[in-house]
Amino acid sequence: MLTLRDLTVTFDGAPDSTTDSTAGSTTDGTPAVSEVSLDLPGGEVLAVLGPSGCGKSTLLRAIAGLEPLAAGSVAWDGHDQARVPTHRRGFALMFQDGQLFDHLTVARNVGYALRLRRDPDTAQRVAELLDLVGLPAYADRMPGTLSGGERQRVALARSLAVRPRLLLLDEPLSALDAGLRERLAGDLGRILREAGTTALLVTHDHEEAFAVADRLAVMRAGRIVQQGEITEVWRAPADPETALFLGYARVLTGDQAAWMLEALGLDPGPSVALRRSALRVGDDGPLAGTVISSRLAPDLVRLQVEVPGTGPVDAVAPLDRHPAPGERVSLRIDHTRLALVPSLH
Amino acid sequence: MLSPSLGRLLGLAALAALPVLALTAFFVLPVAAMLSEGLADGVGAGGALEVLGRDRTHDVVLFTLVTAAAGTLLSVVLGLPAAHVLHRTRLPLRTPVRAALLVPFVLPTVVVGVAFRQLLREGGPLGFLGLDGTPAAIVLGLVFFNVAVVIRVVGSAWESLDPRSAQAAATLGASPATVFRTVTLPALLPAVVSAATVVFLFCATAFGIVLTLGGSRYATVETEIYLLTVTLFDLQGAAALSLLQLVVVGVLLLAARRARAVAPSARAHARPRRPTRADTLPVATTLLLLLYVAVPVAALVTGSLRVDGRWSLGNYAALTTTGDRQTLLVPVTEALINSLRTAVDATWMAVGVGLLVALVVTRRSRSATERRVRGALDGFFMLPLGVSAVTLGFGFLIALDQPPLDLRDSRLLVPVAQALVALPLVVRTLVPVLASIDDRQRQAAASLGAGPLRTLATVDVPVLWRPLLAGAGFAFAASLGEFGATSFLARDDAPTMPVVIFRLLGQPGQMNYGMALAASVVLAATTALVMLLVERLRVPSLGTF
Repeated sequence: MLTLRDLTVTFDGAPDSTTDSTAGSTTDGTPAVSEVSLDLPGGEVLAVLGPSGCGKSTLLRAIAGLEPLAAGSVAWDGHDQARVPTHRRGFALMFQDGQLFDHLTVARNVGYALRLRRDPDTAQRVAELLDLVGLPAYADRMPGTLSGGERQRVALARSLAVRPRLLLLDEPLSALDAGLRERLAGDLGRILREAGTTALLVTHDHEEAFAVADRLAVMRAGRIVQQGEITEVWRAPADPETALFLGYARVLTGDQAAWMLEALGLDPGPSVALRRSALRVGDDGPLAGTVISSRLAPDLVRLQVEVPGTGPVDAVAPLDRHPAPGERVSLRIDHTRLALVPSLH
Repeated sequence: MLSPSLGRLLGLAALAALPVLALTAFFVLPVAAMLSEGLADGVGAGGALEVLGRDRTHDVVLFTLVTAAAGTLLSVVLGLPAAHVLHRTRLPLRTPVRAALLVPFVLPTVVVGVAFRQLLREGGPLGFLGLDGTPAAIVLGLVFFNVAVVIRVVGSAWESLDPRSAQAAATLGASPATVFRTVTLPALLPAVVSAATVVFLFCATAFGIVLTLGGSRYATVETEIYLLTVTLFDLQGAAALSLLQLVVVGVLLLAARRARAVAPSARAHARPRRPTRADTLPVATTLLLLLYVAVPVAALVTGSLRVDGRWSLGNYAALTTTGDRQTLLVPVTEALINSLRTAVDATWMAVGVGLLVALVVTRRSRSATERRVRGALDGFFMLPLGVSAVTLGFGFLIALDQPPLDLRDSRLLVPVAQALVALPLVVRTLVPVLASIDDRQRQAAASLGAGPLRTLATVDVPVLWRPLLAGAGFAFAASLGEFGATSFLARDDAPTMPVVIFRLLGQPGQMNYGMALAASVVLAATTALVMLLVERLRVPSLGTF
């Protein structure tokens, strides 16, 4: 079990350029990571989700022992890791671009940590791992000949080889193109669960987080603003900004929120977050409005609708109904695509 | 209308014409003359074989190889930790320390020889070690120079090494020592090999150091060529040794090029971190190196300030004279002015030709023919690096004394020879910068309607002026200290500083020795000043050879 308490990292100079945009704030002495407390029970996968530059990669590097802590602690099963050097922590870090050793073959990359331990079953374990990541015939290839997705699979196998106590993943899929990313995210989730690995993943992509993790922590400007079960965080974002970051399209506040909630027959609240597909064109719905614009997407039609009392909102219509601008439509609500947001900062 | 590829080849030919011509006239011809003089004199190749079979030749070759190998090994062992400290950690005073460790590389060889003699001679500060006149003294002198090369070459490679590879290994459980052995060292190996090759080359062809520290007792191939031609008039022996050296050096240069070819290109630059306890040994080595550099220089300076056991500026005052018993034909001050004048001339020549060469070899080739031509030119222009300055100087003497090129009495003879020696230095300063310009920048300029010259002015010139200044500084410093070729070519009534120092050193008399020390200090100070100005330009120079 990983326990972080009030973990703070400050940069006393320019941040490491190799961590580029994902490094924390750049001004002198300002915390890149500020008083982060997290618990990650064994066997679970936690995703830390945050925009570029929020400090999430720095947090990861601090856990691995690659950044000095300004304050706070990193503990594993109650043992403080402050005096434990990186290579003795048993936390494997998988980098955004894999960081394969270009002078070693795929098999030697994967077996690197096993050879350090003089593991007698290295060859067999390497073969197993390459099977696990779906690259059984790649043992003798050089990293330079691999595609981006293959490199990340090899990097994952290398990280898993020694069965690390904790696997740290730094935006493992973000260097890949969209289609591949989606497929690998599914694979990654399956592989981590099959291996029973405790893992901490940082990402800026909420789909990736959703596909891989059990628990979610949302990070902004160096702080964790919300954490919990992934579905729970999704259903109840802590504040409007978090809601927007989690993929809600619009947050209505004040009178607009009150009006909307009343029209939908829900309890009143300070603000309400809507996904783009929360409102759907359908007969005799509780809301009505005028179509401002409509745009064809592959599987549905996306609309902007002017609803009296709330102003413009997003809505969708099935492909066979394509309302033109100016047309009056009635809107039904999908309650699972809407969230009450407690407070406005 | 010309086809585009033929047009490019013609453009290439136009750019390359001047450097090729200059190199042919002032390098290929003299060296060929020297070789044919020696080989044709006797019974051709058979004569050369006879020379190579002599016992003395074997001793000289063996001595050269052993001292060069020892010098290389020691330079690498001392240079690696310093490269780490100066390029990967934020040591306090990092910049001045870097500059201080670079200066020895461009100090005139004669000056370094004088400094080490002053340090090690009987009664000198380290005289009790009994190293004076031993091979160990020669090796120490060679290392003094060449550590700078290792630090520069390996350091810049280390700086551009992505630290995350090492971090990845650490998170996989590798201890710092294991990380170094399995990740860092393999990545650095091309740079280390490349540096070691160059250092071996410099050690094996060192002239001024060996001549001043080894006398006639210990000779390397280079000094043996000098002794054979100047004192024994054995041209055949000298030519055979030159040929041998040419072959060995050619092989080494090829090896260096191969090492360079597999070297990884620069990647993310790491932020230097604070030194930690794990850096104790490297930091200690760096401090030791500082001491190593400082002590001979200090010995030289204090020695120059003492006359008859008392502090005095007498040695400096004597620089306006011609020395004890008229050792010199002109006062040392006049030699200094000569040196500066010569260096100015050598600098503009080396920079002009070097710029053309750099432009020729860095342009991206569009066809296989073009690539082959550029590759051949690249190798051709590096030749002067491989030929001993002594061979060059002697070749000048015998090849340039008849029409159409009769330069024996020309004021430009010495500068031309020095420019050739400095040329590879200038080229290697400019090439990495030019090569690092993304060719798409030029394509973008061209697509916006800029012609070749306009493109050059827009894309190349803005990044080139600093390395150009730095290259000029290197050439100037190299010319100030050049001794091998100049020792043949400088007229007695117009000597340069190194020639004067060597002459003062070779004559008896306390006053002459004191003047040699003072003159060395003046020359070293001048060179160091130029180099510190160059260092301020922060050009990644000396990074590749």
